[in-house]
Amino acid sequence: MSNNNITKDTPGLRGLSDKSLAWLFITPTIILLLAINIFPLIWTIYLSFTDYRSNQPGREIEWVGLENYRDVLTSPDVWGYMQTTASFVISTMLIQVAIGFALAMFINKNFKGNSLLTTIILIPMMLSPAVVGTFWTYLYQPQTGVFSYIIDFFADVGPLDMIGSVDLAPWAIVIVDTWMWTPYIMLLCLAGLRSIPEYLYEAAEIDRANALQKFWYITLPRILPFLMLAVLFRGIENFKMFDMVVSLTSGGPGSITELASINLKREAFENWKTGYSSAFATILFVTVFGLGSIYVKALNKVKS
Amino acid sequence: MRKVIKNSVLMTSILAIGLAGCSESADGGADASDITVCWAAWDPASALTELSKEFTAESGVEVNFELVPWTNFADRMLNELNSRGQLCDIMIGDSQWIGSGATYGHYVQLNEFFDAEGISMGDFLPTAVDAYSAWPKGTDNYYALPAMGDALGWVYRKDWFERPEIKEAFKAETGRELTVPTTQTELAEVAKFFQGREIDGKTVYGAAMYSERGSEGITMGVTGAMYPWGVTFEKNKGKYDLDGAVNSPAAVEALNFYKDMFKATTPPGHTNAYMVENLDAYKSGQVAMQQNWFAFFPGIVKDEAVGGDTSGFFANPGQNIEASVLGGQGMSVVAYSEKQDAALQYMKWFAKPEVQAKWWELGGYSVHNAVVQADDFAESTPFAGEFSKAMSSVQDFWQEPTYAELMQASQKRFHDFVVADKGTAQEALDQLKDDWTKILAADGKIEE
Repeated sequence: MSNNNITKDTPGLRGLSDKSLAWLFITPTIILLLAINIFPLIWTIYLSFTDYRSNQPGREIEWVGLENYRDVLTSPDVWGYMQTTASFVISTMLIQVAIGFALAMFINKNFKGNSLLTTIILIPMMLSPAVVGTFWTYLYQPQTGVFSYIIDFFADVGPLDMIGSVDLAPWAIVIVDTWMWTPYIMLLCLAGLRSIPEYLYEAAEIDRANALQKFWYITLPRILPFLMLAVLFRGIENFKMFDMVVSLTSGGPGSITELASINLKREAFENWKTGYSSAFATILFVTVFGLGSIYVKALNKVKS
Repeated sequence: MRKVIKNSVLMTSILAIGLAGCSESADGGADASDITVCWAAWDPASALTELSKEFTAESGVEVNFELVPWTNFADRMLNELNSRGQLCDIMIGDSQWIGSGATYGHYVQLNEFFDAEGISMGDFLPTAVDAYSAWPKGTDNYYALPAMGDALGWVYRKDWFERPEIKEAFKAETGRELTVPTTQTELAEVAKFFQGREIDGKTVYGAAMYSERGSEGITMGVTGAMYPWGVTFEKNKGKYDLDGAVNSPAAVEALNFYKDMFKATTPPGHTNAYMVENLDAYKSGQVAMQQNWFAFFPGIVKDEAVGGDTSGFFANPGQNIEASVLGGQGMSVVAYSEKQDAALQYMKWFAKPEVQAKWWELGGYSVHNAVVQADDFAESTPFAGEFSKAMSSVQDFWQEPTYAELMQASQKRFHDFVVADKGTAQEALDQLKDDWTKILAADGKIEE
């Protein structure tokens, strides 16, 4: 009855085939995608071959070929920022996977207060990274910060300058990122753990497998695709990390925590080197895309 | 169906008439009803907001303010100008923006307007006119009215300096009287004396110094030592011959001095500090001295904790020469504004001597001769005399159109060396010379 009503009210759709109808629905999305994602990407690639500067709109744009790419790839500073980014990504991934997995194993057990604890653990990832960065600057404050106080209380090391110290600042950003995003890894691992059928463990019990064997032969292989997925998502996110680190350290002290994305922003919107920064952005995109593709292939292999 | 079409046509017509009406009303109000002044969010902007009420009462033109915190001020406002935005009718922009404002056509040239309205640049301090209004430097092409004079100065705990036991301890330690520092070396000596000292049961520190990485903080601090050492960025002004100037032995000595003083006298964690952090450290009683812009001094005088006779003020001390760092801003009319007539009307009002006098009274820093050369000016506030002294020997950072790039380069090199202990002072300055050479060469100022 209601279908008949719809057909009566929409005479224009009567003659359309299913295929045409499908196109009608997805065309706006495709147009939006082209306008928001694909066009800017192509435009960025085009600009990367020019000397365009967005603060000089009247200036004639010159085609400079691969000059911007050469400048980016031969700059020792850029390699320094890439190393900083790689260290940040690798250390956060290792720590977060270890803690996230352990937390998931713990939360997966049935105990009183389990739900409440899960909710509390998940709170940090619901906050804005800029807010997290800003309030951790207060926690890290050497004279009044809670973090410094706790460390001093247990280790008696005096005021700890986490953000201002060359040795500690890289760890300061790793700690905050771990605090914020470990729950995300935990959540994915938990989903993996809960998808393992109970009968596998029962069969292992019958075969007299010990806890380590159950973990090694059942839990780990079953959860590995979930872990790898979590690493992929977080790896990509941390490769382009910007807001949290800017509010926490501004890339300092010196350039110790200046990640590639922070430097990219400086070049694009403070130095206005649009062509150069477009080349830098393209290189970063290709790097993430390339590494991501290799990783996805490995992920598929693990799954199969 | 016919009814639907009829209704649609009617609605479209009403909408079109409505939109046309809105557009007309927006144009009509453009020159008469309101203007927007863009500036940083700080005490002087509050003073100007108050002062501008008189302009509104006289002219009927409402003055709105778009105020942005200092840390984002340059980013936000330069973005606004570069995108040819129409948010601001008047820009109170940093002195260093004058080159790009004039070169890229963001600011309206004001010579004709000044001539027509009888506004003479001879009525303002010559250093201020050169710093805030003229581009290229040394010419009579004006793109701004000197609005807010400012220079780098120091605030000290006068009450601590006057305590007999502290004076005694200082004399015992240094062999001289504890007085207001007159050289950079004395400044460091006094700051080191206070570092870690117990006063009223609290551990205090020597000095709050600039170390901010993101915008311009550490460059302003370091140049506060370099200029008194006689350092210039070029060997010959206007020739862009950097080698042997910015990386000269005097520059190396000054940079080493700043780092030594910074490491030995600042409170723990003061590694990304600019104006607000220095004010906080000083007002909370942590430090004996703070480096800051004169613009903040009226607020310190009124402060409950450190105001009145508790604090004293002095211009940035000299070393080989007397020199301070220029702060402050000029007032420009934005070329993309549709309300330029009203903006110019505001500027004409602001340039009047009586308005300038009121501006100074409210806490703004007038550089109008009628104000700063008045007989009672030096006694008008506890810092007025030192302000005049500082303004007589100010030097500014580059004002080139590529100023933002030049600034980012120095921020990186200075922060790397001073805060992050990377390399030597000579290496930092050699790298800075190379960075600046590349930037100026790309801008066509020199051959690399």
